[in-house]
Amino acid sequence: MQDLHSLTEQALELVEQADGLPALDQVRVDYLGKKGHLTALLKGLGKLSAEERPAAGAKINEAKQQVQEKINARRAEMEEAAIAAKLAEETIDVTLPGRGEEQGSAHPVTRTLRRIEKLFVRLGFSVEEGPEIEDDYHNFEALNIPAHHPARAMHDTFYIDPSTVLRTHTSPVQIRTMEKTAPPIRIICPGRVYRCDSDVTHSPMFHQVEGLVVDKGVSFAHLKGCVDQFLKAFFEADVPVRFRPSYFPFTEPSAEVDIQCTACGGEGCRVCSGTGWLEVMGCGMVHPNVFASCDIDSETYSGFAFGMGVERLAMLRYGVNDLRLFFDNDLRFLKQF
Amino acid sequence: MKFSNAWLREWVSPQLTAQELADQITMAGLEVDGIEKVAGEFSGVVVGEILACEQHPDADKLRVCKVAGHPEGEMQVVCGAPNARVGIKIPFALVGAKLPGDFKIKKAKLRGVESFGMLCAQTELELGEDSDGIWELPSDASTGQDLREYLQLEDEAVEVDLTPNRSDCLGIAGIAREVGVLNRCPVQGPEMAPVAAKLDDSVPVSLMAGDACPRYVGRVIRNIDVKAETPLWMQERLRRSGLRSIDPVVDVTNYVLLELGQPMHAFDLAKLDGGIKVRFAESGEKLTLLDGQEVELKEGTLLIADEKKPLAMAGIMGGEESAVSEQTRDIFLESAFFNPLAIAGKARSYGLHTDSSHRFERGVDYRLQEQAVERATQLLLDIVGGEPGPVHLRELEEAMPAERHINLRSARVAAALGIQIADDEIVDILTRLGLQKIGEEADSWTFLVPSFRFDLAIEADLLEELARVYGYNRIPSESFTAALDIVPQEESQVDLEALEQTLLARGYHEAITFSFIDRDSAALFDPKAEPVALQNPISADLAVMRTSLMPGLCKALQYNLNRQQSRVRLFETGLRFVPGGVPSGEELRQEPMIAGVIYGGRQGESWAGGKDLVDFYDIKGDVEALLAHFGEVEFQFQAGEHSALHPGQTASITRDGRDLGVVGALHPQLQKKLELPKTAYLFELSLEALGEAALPAFQPLSRFPEVRRDLALLIDADVPAASMVETAAEAAGETLTDLKIFDVYQGKGIDFNRKSVAMGLTFQHPSRTLNDDEINAAVDAVVKQLEQKYNASLR
Repeated sequence: MQDLHSLTEQALELVEQADGLPALDQVRVDYLGKKGHLTALLKGLGKLSAEERPAAGAKINEAKQQVQEKINARRAEMEEAAIAAKLAEETIDVTLPGRGEEQGSAHPVTRTLRRIEKLFVRLGFSVEEGPEIEDDYHNFEALNIPAHHPARAMHDTFYIDPSTVLRTHTSPVQIRTMEKTAPPIRIICPGRVYRCDSDVTHSPMFHQVEGLVVDKGVSFAHLKGCVDQFLKAFFEADVPVRFRPSYFPFTEPSAEVDIQCTACGGEGCRVCSGTGWLEVMGCGMVHPNVFASCDIDSETYSGFAFGMGVERLAMLRYGVNDLRLFFDNDLRFLKQF
Repeated sequence: MKFSNAWLREWVSPQLTAQELADQITMAGLEVDGIEKVAGEFSGVVVGEILACEQHPDADKLRVCKVAGHPEGEMQVVCGAPNARVGIKIPFALVGAKLPGDFKIKKAKLRGVESFGMLCAQTELELGEDSDGIWELPSDASTGQDLREYLQLEDEAVEVDLTPNRSDCLGIAGIAREVGVLNRCPVQGPEMAPVAAKLDDSVPVSLMAGDACPRYVGRVIRNIDVKAETPLWMQERLRRSGLRSIDPVVDVTNYVLLELGQPMHAFDLAKLDGGIKVRFAESGEKLTLLDGQEVELKEGTLLIADEKKPLAMAGIMGGEESAVSEQTRDIFLESAFFNPLAIAGKARSYGLHTDSSHRFERGVDYRLQEQAVERATQLLLDIVGGEPGPVHLRELEEAMPAERHINLRSARVAAALGIQIADDEIVDILTRLGLQKIGEEADSWTFLVPSFRFDLAIEADLLEELARVYGYNRIPSESFTAALDIVPQEESQVDLEALEQTLLARGYHEAITFSFIDRDSAALFDPKAEPVALQNPISADLAVMRTSLMPGLCKALQYNLNRQQSRVRLFETGLRFVPGGVPSGEELRQEPMIAGVIYGGRQGESWAGGKDLVDFYDIKGDVEALLAHFGEVEFQFQAGEHSALHPGQTASITRDGRDLGVVGALHPQLQKKLELPKTAYLFELSLEALGEAALPAFQPLSRFPEVRRDLALLIDADVPAASMVETAAEAAGETLTDLKIFDVYQGKGIDFNRKSVAMGLTFQHPSRTLNDDEINAAVDAVVKQLEQKYNASLR
């Protein structure tokens, strides 16, 4: 049995000293394998008496198990170290930028338009578009702006020929929709419009979005509610809104809509020219003459329309300070949206 | 329209400051653009009188004056004005006075002579434009009176930006009426009694233009003194309203224009040959206008003429020849009604815009003419004297504007505006606005529209008036209600936003370029088209409507390259304008397009390498990503042509033979012209031609193994890959589930007009395992077909 003890000690010592998985495996073979030293002791059990045999066998097995456990522990240790070494080797600089295409950006005008569209589409408005080269009838006549009407001077119109223009507003889309659709109508009309005017605050091309609601029992109070809610939703602020009487040939009553200056909160500043208010849109109840030109009975139906300049709203919302930036397409500008 | 607050107060005077008044009328639809003081800030200036005036002993241009006006008596003032002389009254800034610009007057010594104060020119007080000398005040000004008090300078000039419908407010009387309504207070103008005739003289007037001029009032005034001076109070009112004093006759007609809104004209009676004829111009007639320019009159221009010649462009501008001059003794005053339709647009067609045309084209009260003439006569007699003839009215009754009656239903007020206004308040508001209630029924009223409101014709017009006066901001805001119907949504419609998002994810930035471009760029990209041209472009750069989005994108590319950007990816959506016209017989098409341009590195500059430049297959990949939104729809790419693109690197894209657009490299010649250092790649697709997406159609998944075989083939270099794939797919039969080209090689080791193409074929059967024989047969069929059709050989 002295032999068992020293063999066990030897084996444990060798396990301890093993410098890698092969050496460890060699210890296992040398001591625990079929021809291993400890296994050989089991073969010597036959020399013992039947009484002694179980106790001696148990001792040998115990020693074998002890060595096996030590081997297992040592192997786990070695594998863990190997994994740790591999991981250490594989470590990278995670602060370097990722690979692949950088994200592009939607134009701020589109971004603003989509935002406006979504607010209204949720209310059941549909988005309608129309031609940009427009005939005089849809751009003016049907909107209660006959030839030589002084209001035509308010629209610096680009002409293609005497009866064809670049649309000066998106209102012709309202006409085209009312011509083909019976009320109730709820539409929003975004698009490019053109005015023959170019300076720091005017671009010969810009964007408008107009809305039109035609139904039974629509009143000026409803117009006010719709516009007021829209502006508060668009600016995500409980911004004061006021309605000022104005004149558009295609609506009556007509109003300009001001919001309290978003820059100074109504104190008066450079942005609002000291008035505390910013003009953001025009609106009104659809003029009976406009209904008449679309064969809608103004005794049965009433409606309201509103329209706004998209660049203007984008400038206010994102703080853009120069209208011309919208059409320069400078990447340094576009990437900001 | 600019008016003096103090002048308005002569008519109506609510307890409001100028600012409050401005806010009030702004909120009633008369938008005030600005309020300004009528004079600069100054104090310590009095009416002075020059009592003595002597040459300065040491300065040629200076004079030494003794001036009265200081409370302590006569003062010595050195003055450089050439008009300084004994007896005149002038603004006298005393020692201690403060002039505009915070300029303090102190005791001074000028070339050795002491000076106590300063004699002022108009400009030094910001009271006018005359800077030629000291301002000569009227001789009846009371010496020593504070100048501000004397000139009543505690006043503001209010600028109103009137909408074109409110011509009735183009005069003090109209603004006063509006203020009266808003404050529910009385409005009372100055006394305007008729002036009795002292002569029988009159000028015969023939109205020969029908409803263009149905009403004309004339009056002769003889023996006027045209050299008389316009009184200072009138000059001041004109100045504060933005008009300059010219001569007393013009000043009076301008004064009446500002006060009542009636444009008037005075002719030199001696220059008239016979009676007045109001008629349309004949072509070829000429007239020299008051501003000195000779115009050739267009047919249809309304004229005031005499027996022999045109005298004035009616309602727009008088003629030079018949105008009142320094020699004039007798005048003929005109006060007429010209129909807005006869005047509208006419002034502009001659490049003119006058106070008169501005009013007539918007509408002048067609009952105002006699009152205006009487008012002018009264003012004129006070200034220039003379004897008036009778007021002579010619009217074509049947050609006069029809009287308008409007029926207003009380229920309509609540329904349209969403408010309840008491019946008596409704009638009060409308009455104060000048309407006359001429009928009353159980639930409605009938109102007569006053002759000065051209904008009131229907019930809605009255509703607007009520809302305006009641106050828009007192009307509640309410949510509108509507039937909640589900709106159909076609799943096969590809959302533009989805396409845009795809491009954004692929690094494109969205551009918006002008729809009009310069003719040269248009021709460069699309030489065959004759683009739609603007008649009145803002500049040659923006003259024709684009027939493609490419020129605009290339311009935006250039713009960015010029700003040190080296990698550009831009796209745009919008209409292109494909001209129709005589040769094609087609109509103009306004087609929504999506287009893009890429330039520079395939990837952004990065530590991860990838310095390669973009090429055709990069942009084609972007296009394919767009087309992927259409599901299983088959799009064909074929070698194509486009005048702006490289002939060997352009694909036309079609769907069922329908042309969708192109993708390709910018033509090297264009690249050179645009001075682009590297090649740009472009695509442009018609959004409409893309059509509808195919809805997903489920195919059962096979549970049996798939088998892949790779083939390397040598084939003539000019055989398109698409043709090979098509042939191979057909030959491989139904069990082929995928076919990919995974390598293409041309060059060393291969005949120079051949290429090596490696393709991987994947086979799978839906309901059983394929055996080797079947797959070999399919692969053999592929090879055989490619051999036969394209002279391909296994490598």
